[in-house]
Amino acid sequence: MSQKDWPLWEVFIRSRQGLDHKHVGSLHAADARMAMENARDVYTRRLEGVSIWVVESKNIHASNPDEAAQFYDPAEDKAYRHPTFYNVPDDIEHM
Amino acid sequence: MTNEEIFEKKIQDEVRIEPKDWMPEAYRKTLIRQISQHAHSEVVGMLPEANWITRAPTLRRKATLLAKVQDEAGHGLYLYSAMETLGMPRSQAIDDLLSGKAKYSSIFNYPTLSWADMGTIGWLVDGAAILNQVPLCRTSYGPYARAMVRVCKEESFHQRQGFEIMQSLCEGSADQKAMAQDAINRWWWPTLMMFGPRDAESGNTELSMKWRIKRFTNDELRQKFVDMMVPQAQFLGLTIPDEKLKWNADKNGYDFGDVDWDEFWKVVKGQGPCNKQRLEARNKAHDQGAWVREAAAAYAEKRAKREKIGASA
Ligand SMILES: [Fe+2]
Ligand SMILES: [Fe+2]
Repeated sequence: MSQKDWPLWEVFIRSRQGLDHKHVGSLHAADARMAMENARDVYTRRLEGVSIWVVESKNIHASNPDEAAQFYDPAEDKAYRHPTFYNVPDDIEHM
Repeated sequence: MTNEEIFEKKIQDEVRIEPKDWMPEAYRKTLIRQISQHAHSEVVGMLPEANWITRAPTLRRKATLLAKVQDEAGHGLYLYSAMETLGMPRSQAIDDLLSGKAKYSSIFNYPTLSWADMGTIGWLVDGAAILNQVPLCRTSYGPYARAMVRVCKEESFHQRQGFEIMQSLCEGSADQKAMAQDAINRWWWPTLMMFGPRDAESGNTELSMKWRIKRFTNDELRQKFVDMMVPQAQFLGLTIPDEKLKWNADKNGYDFGDVDWDEFWKVVKGQGPCNKQRLEARNKAHDQGAWVREAAAAYAEKRAKREKIGASA
């Protein structure tokens, strides 16, 4: 019946100047230009974006949630990277 | 902790499950079934309304209806996209729809006979869909929840435009008002069926509630819908075709008659008034689009080749 799917693309949209591009979903398209046009039609019908990125999904390398514990371990015991770690005397302002 | 325990704890703590997280096979299967059925409903749902695009009474109504139908296509795409994160290929889901193996909402197997049906669908059917969909914005599976947030943002215009059509008809001539009443007479009961079988007969409800895929049972949502719609029908001056409909102060809600469950199961099993017609229309559209898909694939291939030659030169 139907042929194989076209490649899968992930869509990222900047909703306003000054903001980051944010992942909004995915779509199938034969090539980048079609992915871009489909992204416009599927994800920005109400002016939700001023800029679109499309990335073929196979090019995204994701971290593995099963290894999250070891992977993020280096940051776990470093409370001193946060301002709340330090005592500031009550009399001191603007710090 | 075992994988199972980690999963259960996330559900308890309202931590969303994401695509690469471990999940029980039954959770994955339930979601694939629910999300794909939901996507198919959006797609097939375009057909009864598309039927009226060329016959909309004014340009304003036509532009609105076009925009609504286009939104429903978009909803289908958001949902297929969420479904694919669970490992189900889109082409397979679409094949299942085209072959008649997959299910979609029974409401779209009823015919749209008059312009008032466009009003009734927007007002009642999209109204029911919204009640179903709002709690799904907090469903436990992340991609599904995010897709639903997007969908819900768009739905409220659908319901309002439907209500506006109904209001114009109800404030119009006697014939127009009769047309509106006829539409609600035909659509009221099928709309109540949209919430699915009674809780006692809904095999999937218990697990879905436990896994927080669903937040309310079918009967709870049906009750909410009736309570929400009665005042709106009264405002329009329309009669809801249910002799048992009566305010019940004790439960602070309406009592209402029982859905014709034989009819419901008949439609679900493929014997509704339009099941055959809908599937034929989907298949025809898919087949007629084949040359576009082939041309796009050929063009992409040609361009990729040209870029390769360009790069090596
Ligand atoms: Fe929709
Ligand atoms: Fe809708």
